[in-house]
Amino acid sequence: MEIEDPRPVPEPVHLHVPPPETSMRPASFVQPDLPLTDPAVLTSPTMLQVERLNLYYGSKQALFDVDLKVARNSVMSFIGPSGCGKSTLLRCLNRMNDLIDDVRVEGRVLLGDTDLYAPGTDVIALRKRAGMVFQKSNPFPKSIFENVAYGLRIQGEGDRSTLEDAVERSLKGAGLWEEVKDRLKDSAQGLSGGQQQRLCIARALAVRPEVILMDEPCSALDPIATARVEELIMELKREFTIVIVTHNMQQAARVSDHTAFFWMGKLIETGLTEKMFTNPGHRMTEDYITGRFG
Amino acid sequence: MSRLTERFRQGGIFVWFSGTLLAFCLAMILSLVGYIVAKGMGFFWPSPLVQVQTTEGPLLGEITGHEPARREETEKIQFRVANRDIYGQDFRWIPTAGLGQPEYPKDVLLIERLEYGPFIGRIASLSHEGRDVATGPAALAEALRRLPEANRQRHQIRSIEKGEVGELNRRLEKLRLSRRKLEARGDAAALQALETKVAGLQTTYDQLQTSLEKTRAEAKAWTLNLQTVDGKTKEWPLGSVVRMVPANNLTFFGKLGIYLSRLWEFVADDPRESNTEGGIFPAIFGTVMMVLVMSVLVVPLGVITALYLREYAKQGWLVRAVRVAVNNLAGVPSIVFGVFGLGFFVYGLGGSIDKLFFAESLPTPTYGTGGILWASLTLALLTVPVVVVATEEALGAVARSQREASLAMGATKWQTLWNVVLPSATPGILTGLILAIARGAGEVAPLMLTGVVKLAPAMPLDGTFPFFHLDRKFMHLGFHIYDVGFQSPNSEAAKPMVFMTAFLLLLVVVLLNLFALNLRRKLRERLGGSTF
Repeated sequence: MEIEDPRPVPEPVHLHVPPPETSMRPASFVQPDLPLTDPAVLTSPTMLQVERLNLYYGSKQALFDVDLKVARNSVMSFIGPSGCGKSTLLRCLNRMNDLIDDVRVEGRVLLGDTDLYAPGTDVIALRKRAGMVFQKSNPFPKSIFENVAYGLRIQGEGDRSTLEDAVERSLKGAGLWEEVKDRLKDSAQGLSGGQQQRLCIARALAVRPEVILMDEPCSALDPIATARVEELIMELKREFTIVIVTHNMQQAARVSDHTAFFWMGKLIETGLTEKMFTNPGHRMTEDYITGRFG
Repeated sequence: MSRLTERFRQGGIFVWFSGTLLAFCLAMILSLVGYIVAKGMGFFWPSPLVQVQTTEGPLLGEITGHEPARREETEKIQFRVANRDIYGQDFRWIPTAGLGQPEYPKDVLLIERLEYGPFIGRIASLSHEGRDVATGPAALAEALRRLPEANRQRHQIRSIEKGEVGELNRRLEKLRLSRRKLEARGDAAALQALETKVAGLQTTYDQLQTSLEKTRAEAKAWTLNLQTVDGKTKEWPLGSVVRMVPANNLTFFGKLGIYLSRLWEFVADDPRESNTEGGIFPAIFGTVMMVLVMSVLVVPLGVITALYLREYAKQGWLVRAVRVAVNNLAGVPSIVFGVFGLGFFVYGLGGSIDKLFFAESLPTPTYGTGGILWASLTLALLTVPVVVVATEEALGAVARSQREASLAMGATKWQTLWNVVLPSATPGILTGLILAIARGAGEVAPLMLTGVVKLAPAMPLDGTFPFFHLDRKFMHLGFHIYDVGFQSPNSEAAKPMVFMTAFLLLLVVVLLNLFALNLRRKLRERLGGSTF
């Protein structure tokens, strides 16, 4: 268990978040007073659009006819039991699945106006538009500064002051600046787990992506660190569009505007989070959310 | 269940067995090093000079061996009587029977000379230009006083010969080559200018020679009149004396001084007397330099190969076959690499380079003969499989999450490799280099074919432009051991040198490894808790 910054967690801006300790209730809850989604989300344009997406690992199909829309400046969470394809789908959104041999994708994924899987798509340019945060924090074995500056450096940015500005802005954006501003030259691997994960978020922010994809970003963190990352997610959606994969139902309820429930590679249901959690349209969703299976 | 079976089941016996074997291996290694150190390090300690009376007359020398009585052979001891120029041999075996009481006369001494090995006996007198200056014990004192000056003069002559005269010779040789070129072109004006230059250089050369002659004559003015124990005399110039050791008349610290001065000479000086005396500095230098050049060559070669095999090549039967071939390359006898190096690098590559760039000096080869570059390249080939295998392992051990993090930032594969994967793999690559150094530093056979010589006239690195002379031949400790121990005319006298050289070779390998280990430790610290 890591010792995090002991300062009290400030009240989040948009949603009421119950303190993490009290939120560790059994999953069989349907809160009547769940807050309403930010109305702006309902009218904001589509940022990401998935159309009839099928994905095969060799001969095994992992995703079946997925259709999904993510609105700009909103948080979309993917929930579902292990192996249901939610991480696979997330990795389709910045084509990280390309790294695996034998993967075949059918259908379309639109980021803004760009079709990610159209022939001739510049995957490198695309990944700059869709940053990613991983389940296990994975800072590079470099200094804190170099970690955050990495994205800009590989784009050829060499100007020291530009880099310094970007690093400061990103670390502030990730709520880490105050904790590390005096030791930017230290190795990133000396940070605590929660700090490392926020550093990874800062690293993703530095290249000003449009979308941030988070693959279970809190699963390796303690409750306090988790609360800070969640708080951060809600801050970040003012500027970015966020897709988060999570196993933690409460987390999905707390941070996301929309939720998508997957089961066996199929998208079972998607909609506003409060509707999904209070009045799910599908029997399977209700069973999963209330903890009857999963 | 019997107790024995139970013990087998518990594995206690196996632990004892493996522990014993480990202890055995350690004991073998320790005794190897200990034997070498003991045999070699004792050599420099001044041993007492023993005088005995035999039937043929008195005998003075160091006792160097002993053989007990066996069947019809009687007990014998070996004397190092030295004075090879007088007796014709350095060592004599004497039966112990009938030897009188050994004496240790205080006034005898061992004189290390530039030629004919040491002299053992007395100084009758010291003379300057034929006139005696001092006789008896006073002569010894005076000679000891004048020795440092004589040594300084000798070193001066040597450095002029090697430095200035050598430099002049090189410049003359260069002019000679350009003259040949100009003659072929028929450029009369340039030829004329060249001739003037040559004449100027020749004048400087002659002046230098004259002053050298003068210094040499001065150095020869002081002469020792030496006398052996059986009354034979010998004149010897003081300038050709390295060290005078009145072995029976030394305090402990006096002996220690001699010991340290001999040790220093051994480590820091050039060899004398076809390598059986003097130092082995050129061999140490050659070994280290060859290993460094090899490292510089083998790391890029191995790392780039491993990068392609691991990261870029499509994994299939072809890559598997290449990998097997690379691994097998490590098992090829080193002399085979030597033959390849001679045929491909020396004659093939070197010959072509000579034809293209050094045509004017042909038929004297420049690169078309053995040299440190070709030897290092051959060793790099020999050790590249080790580096390839270690690098592949290290690349495979870099966490997938690190690569994904970089790629998700929009880095290309090459950027990811260069910025993330390779830095994390560096300690593993260095492990490969350490193994390569350990293998390469001790290799002799391929070097004999590709550039090692018994005595190199010049170092591969010196003050003359372009400083690195990769075409030069070099000396190597491993070859030095072989040469001194088994190819020298006076192998009995050279035996301790063999042990000392072996010890130094071990030391050089250990130091080079420590250097690489330290580098790896520093890198690991910087990377912070990498598993490699």
